[in-house]
Amino acid sequence: MGGLNYTVIESTKLSTAELYGKTLTDLAEQNSDIVGLSADLAKSTKIGVLGQKYPERLYNLGIAEQNLFGTAAGMALNGLVPFVSTFAIFASMRALDQVHTDICYQNLNVKIIATHGGLSFGQAGTTHHCTEDLSIMRSMANLTVIVPADGMETCNAVQAAYEKNGPVYIRINRGFDQKVYDSTEYDFEIGKAVELHEGTDLTIIACGAGVWRAREAAKVLKNIDGIRARVLNMHTIKPIDREAILKAVHDTRRIITVEDHNIVGGLGSAVAEVMAESGKACAFKRLGVPDTFSIIGLHEDLMAHYGYDVNGILSTARELMGADFEEDDNWDDEI
Amino acid sequence: MAINQEDFLRLETKARDLRHLIIDTVVWAGSGHVGGSLSAIDIMTVLYHQTMKIDPENPNWEDRDRFILSKGHIGVGLAPVLADKGFFPKEWLKTYNHTGSNLGMHLDKNKVPGLDASAGSLGHGLPLSLGLGLSAKYKKQDFKTYCLMGDGECDEGSLWEAAMAISHYNATNVISIVDRNRCMMDGRTEDVMGLEPFTDKWISFGFNVIVINGHNLYEISEAIDQAHSTSDKPSVIIANTLKGCGVEFMQDNYMYHYASFDAEKQAECHRDINSYHDTRLVEAQGGL
Ligand SMILES: Cc1ncc(C[n+]2csc(CCOP(=O)(O)OP(=O)(O)O)c2C)c(N)n1
Repeated sequence: MGGLNYTVIESTKLSTAELYGKTLTDLAEQNSDIVGLSADLAKSTKIGVLGQKYPERLYNLGIAEQNLFGTAAGMALNGLVPFVSTFAIFASMRALDQVHTDICYQNLNVKIIATHGGLSFGQAGTTHHCTEDLSIMRSMANLTVIVPADGMETCNAVQAAYEKNGPVYIRINRGFDQKVYDSTEYDFEIGKAVELHEGTDLTIIACGAGVWRAREAAKVLKNIDGIRARVLNMHTIKPIDREAILKAVHDTRRIITVEDHNIVGGLGSAVAEVMAESGKACAFKRLGVPDTFSIIGLHEDLMAHYGYDVNGILSTARELMGADFEEDDNWDDEI
Repeated sequence: MAINQEDFLRLETKARDLRHLIIDTVVWAGSGHVGGSLSAIDIMTVLYHQTMKIDPENPNWEDRDRFILSKGHIGVGLAPVLADKGFFPKEWLKTYNHTGSNLGMHLDKNKVPGLDASAGSLGHGLPLSLGLGLSAKYKKQDFKTYCLMGDGECDEGSLWEAAMAISHYNATNVISIVDRNRCMMDGRTEDVMGLEPFTDKWISFGFNVIVINGHNLYEISEAIDQAHSTSDKPSVIIANTLKGCGVEFMQDNYMYHYASFDAEKQAECHRDINSYHDTRLVEAQGGL
């Protein structure tokens, strides 16, 4: 990975977005083709950190997201690597035609780092909640979609995005995340899930805020219930790691997905597609926002409310363990 | 109808009470978009307490005037106005931003009685207002739609698409109001994205432009009257305002777009608001 390493020291002092700002600034120091763009959210998204060091490399387009993404596309046409930051809701919906036609269709080298994803801006309400972006972005050809689990993984994802040619969408949260990784020194590769907990009874596949919760739940399941849950950090939603999913289907036959997103169209759907095409069925449950516009509140409270906090994952895992599944490989009588 | 001195004293007192309630709501909420609430409160006071035909007992009355808060982030500014009007209990304000509350940072039409549209994504309000205006004409209703926008918000293309159409349809039943506080989030409007010559932009889009001091209740009410009586062009009121108006340390400072207050700061806000309005009330009566 690009040679930039970060550790837990940084992640206790800096929020996830601040780590993004720092990584981007460090990358920019080494690579003069990097520029930043925002739309009156330079401070909130922390892309402003780049502007503190290189004012001439940060462009603020005002509150005008369509122009923001169109301008970034133009810069990429001319060989620059624009990093664009605004809230996830505006990146994925307010300027989607520009993202689709100007950036993805032309396969331009634009990196979209979208903040305040999922329900992480919980008190702001539906106009600022973003529980549809993974579904939308996943259907854009050429686009890579990444949801880092925490600050350290964000540092890795931002570097990997720069190293990869083509458009990338990275979705991070507002504020601090529960810490999954102590440093950036682990095997991060776009499109490859990371196993965080071993198990053969069931697999919990998670992304973003779901990852820390899945790992905590797996520890409890092991210690209290004697259930061995495999936990996969599926940080890349597209291209999805088919191999890891098929292995989980084969080894554990029970799968739970956890995402801070509508259960329609995101990680759960991506996993279900792979599973269905494999021809092997599985006990399966998608956790996330149950196809509703969320109530308002604190992020933690909302995840609990919709049943994808640690407790929610635990009870779903226990339920799934009770699902009637045969030990042998004869699937004929399973209707 | 132009306001007389009695109206002025009533409205100025109301604006003072609402400023206090906004500060308390921000404290109950934990934090909030206070700067843009205080710049817009005088305009909202005149609309809700002088101009608009509304009935808190019947919030869905079909022929009511509409208020579209396009700068939807000032929920902490509008919710106190609606609560004070009696659309819902003032007690709700104490739950602002709490998990499961009806009141969050950006207000939700389906949860807040008296709110005419949900907003929060900037640049949406003027197209919605045009839709209300055109449909009112179609249905032969004579209500008016007042749309309040931020000046930073005027960076959004969608707003100008609506402006073009309002003028094309001569939708004079839509009254556009810009809270020209010259501040946005990352800085002052002219530093982040210059809007000037702002008046000329609206004129070239076919508008009758009325420029006023947005903290002078007489001027606000006269501007609305003038907009009502102009029929050959749609009107826009450009209200020159101060972000954080009424509280010394916030006034004209974009850093107070969004803020939280401890008890000491809260008390300072209340003191400042009292002295700000007291001076104006005394001056007004001195003119007797
Ligand atoms: C489409 C969109 N982009 C960005 C934001 C984030 N945002 C909220 S308030 C704000 C600044 C608004 O400035 P202005 O319109 O001048 O409002 P005021 O200063 O009157 O509060 C921004 C960028 C948003 N709400 N919607």
